[in-house]
Amino acid sequence: MEVTISTAELLTTDGIPLKQSLRKAERRNKLRAFLLVFPLLLFIIVTFVMPIGDMLLRSVDDSQINSVFPNTFEEYKNWDKGADELPPEEVYKSLFFELANGDKRQIGKALTRMNYAKSGWKSLIKKTSREIKKIVKKGEEPVSYKDTFIKINKFWGDPTYWYSFNQMVNDRSSIYYWNALDRTFDEDGDVVLQDEKRRMYIKTWLRTFKVSVYVTIFCLILGFPVAHLLANLPLRYSNLLMIFVLLPFWTSLLVRTTAWIVMLQQNGVINGILVWLGVISDDGRIQMVYNEAGTLIAMTQILLPFMILPLYSVMRVIPKSHMRAAQNLGAKPAMAFWRVYLPQTIPGISAGGLLVFVLAIGYFITPELVGGKDGKLIGSWIAYHLKTTLNWGLCAALGGILLGIMLIFYWLYNKIVGIDNIKLG
Amino acid sequence: MNDTSQSFVKFEKIDKSYDGEVLVVKNLNLDIAKGEFVTMLGPSGSGKTTTLMMLAGFETPTNGEIFLDTKPISKIPPYEREIGMVFQNYALFPHMTVAENLSFPLEVRKISKPDIKEKVQKALDMVELGNFGTRFPAQLSGGQQQRVALARALVFEPRLVLMDEPLGALDKNLREQMQYEIKHIHDRIGITVVYVTHDQSEALTMSNRIAVFNDGVVQQLSTPDILYEKPENSFVAKFIGENNTLNGVVREVNGSSCTVELDGGFGMVKALKINVNEVGEKTQLSIRPERVSIDKTTSDSNNFSGKIEELIYLGDHIRARLDVCGNNEFIVKVPNEGSFNHKEGDELKLSWNSEDVRALDL
Repeated sequence: MEVTISTAELLTTDGIPLKQSLRKAERRNKLRAFLLVFPLLLFIIVTFVMPIGDMLLRSVDDSQINSVFPNTFEEYKNWDKGADELPPEEVYKSLFFELANGDKRQIGKALTRMNYAKSGWKSLIKKTSREIKKIVKKGEEPVSYKDTFIKINKFWGDPTYWYSFNQMVNDRSSIYYWNALDRTFDEDGDVVLQDEKRRMYIKTWLRTFKVSVYVTIFCLILGFPVAHLLANLPLRYSNLLMIFVLLPFWTSLLVRTTAWIVMLQQNGVINGILVWLGVISDDGRIQMVYNEAGTLIAMTQILLPFMILPLYSVMRVIPKSHMRAAQNLGAKPAMAFWRVYLPQTIPGISAGGLLVFVLAIGYFITPELVGGKDGKLIGSWIAYHLKTTLNWGLCAALGGILLGIMLIFYWLYNKIVGIDNIKLG
Repeated sequence: MNDTSQSFVKFEKIDKSYDGEVLVVKNLNLDIAKGEFVTMLGPSGSGKTTTLMMLAGFETPTNGEIFLDTKPISKIPPYEREIGMVFQNYALFPHMTVAENLSFPLEVRKISKPDIKEKVQKALDMVELGNFGTRFPAQLSGGQQQRVALARALVFEPRLVLMDEPLGALDKNLREQMQYEIKHIHDRIGITVVYVTHDQSEALTMSNRIAVFNDGVVQQLSTPDILYEKPENSFVAKFIGENNTLNGVVREVNGSSCTVELDGGFGMVKALKINVNEVGEKTQLSIRPERVSIDKTTSDSNNFSGKIEELIYLGDHIRARLDVCGNNEFIVKVPNEGSFNHKEGDELKLSWNSEDVRALDL
């Protein structure tokens, strides 16, 4: 009898290749698992991935204006700024016809975009448009389009208006990102700092960082003992304490924020008590709200549960015997805490820290309400441009940077702590 | 050994209560000599772990004093007691490697780096885990973790080692193997060990002496053989080993022996008088299964008969459950010598020596 051993491929008893058979057997399960998550997947794609993708595209998109003034921009690129003070005649001519024949709504949209590049464009073009239409109606053909333009409004002879075209002449533009970092393009298309009075984003970014870091640290300092207590108290006390931790969670964010205004304002509860106790005089009431301090206090309180809960979930499973064992081995309680307990809470600290930081960096309502002028965070600018100036490109760029920062932090965190170490519950 | 001047660990009139209403440990007096292996054995809730925790310094005695090496230690915090301890679930620090776990007690004692390295290696070699220093506890099997915990409790050369049910989480084979290993390590380095368990075979295997706890009181403190062969009360008789009981009333007392009339009119039994004092007292008779003879008669007139209720074949012996004098849980172990040919339902002749029957409290 001869025995053949196949080294190439394992077969099942029926002679089908083992891998193929396994795949077939697992296919049903895989399909079922996929069908179970499919609604959620669809939901996430429609409500999360697509809008974010759309916003990120908007942050670099400049195609609308390019579809309104294609010829003008094409001619504009031929302008040698070193040789001529103003653009060549062809540019004026193209603009003349594109304004005369263009779709009114599209031009309106483009004007808004032009106004971001330089304020004043909107009214200049509107006035010019009217005049151009009169000229076209009369059936005259201007001898010099340039002179006609300058005759309509002297600003057409001002090269700074023309320079601002620089940031719009391409379908894709990085200008919004530079704007979000207080930078713009000069006449040669190089990146330069904005005028001093227009620089506000870098300052806000730095403040956003500072506030987020402080809030994270305060949350850790306040949350750690609470989480420890929660994890170690007998059940009936810890349940009560847990309700105290979660109660603010269940209260509306607006209610909590306005409650802080009531507490902290100059005629508020805390100032009232301090005056009544004689700690401060009636004139010396402390300004605790509508500034950065107000933002810090309110955000710390609101984000505290996000620190306590992951910490608690980690601390709960650290056996009590570990502290005992450390002391039994000769470590004083402080040493036992530092060497044995604290290292084991790192997954909780990092999870809570990351959670609080990421939430804080994009926080909007609370800083908006209690922050006043110098407690506003970057979220406020995003909302401002989204609702008031309708500069969605800048909005998207600010959001894109925020997203980028979070991804960088996530990456750093994964490098340093390891993402499998995270423990949320 | 009971001489106070010689005892290394001494519990003196220890009471312990957690809530001020229930005493968990009542009037505990216990002396442990240097180098001894003493086991506290008892069911859960009997106060044995509490006693151990008081010795380790994690619980304070409500009354009384514990002496270690003739010095009172109630006021000394646990980290200054120099007592090693093996915890129930080992309490190995999961974020440290095995070697770091072992170095920890040496580092906090500010021992020099080279010395630490040497001692750690020696301790690991002792438990035969010399090459496992760089692993993390989670990468070890239960038995290996157990050995690391043991090595860590010994590495800083404590005056005394406490073990709180250290083998409870292991499977049966490993548990037996570890029992011998712990016993051998104890024999080799001669350290004093106080061991807590609820497993009587573990206690019998390892200990020099065993303190049987029940209800916060030490019921009997003795060597394993005396505890098994001469239990002083019915709790110890029942808790250690297998035990047949017959209830009755003392009818006659004659020096160290007595005669007991069994309840239900099954006759009279001659027994050793252990825990009864006078005629008319109720008593529980205790007979070990292996001391009951089949098909023989004794001159002590302790001759009875029983109906076989159940036969269980166990290889080296046959375990017979009989109905004897109204007790249908009466166990007899029949050695498998090939001559036993009774069936369930048969009547057996039983007999035992009066020295093997102990009249205990009820």
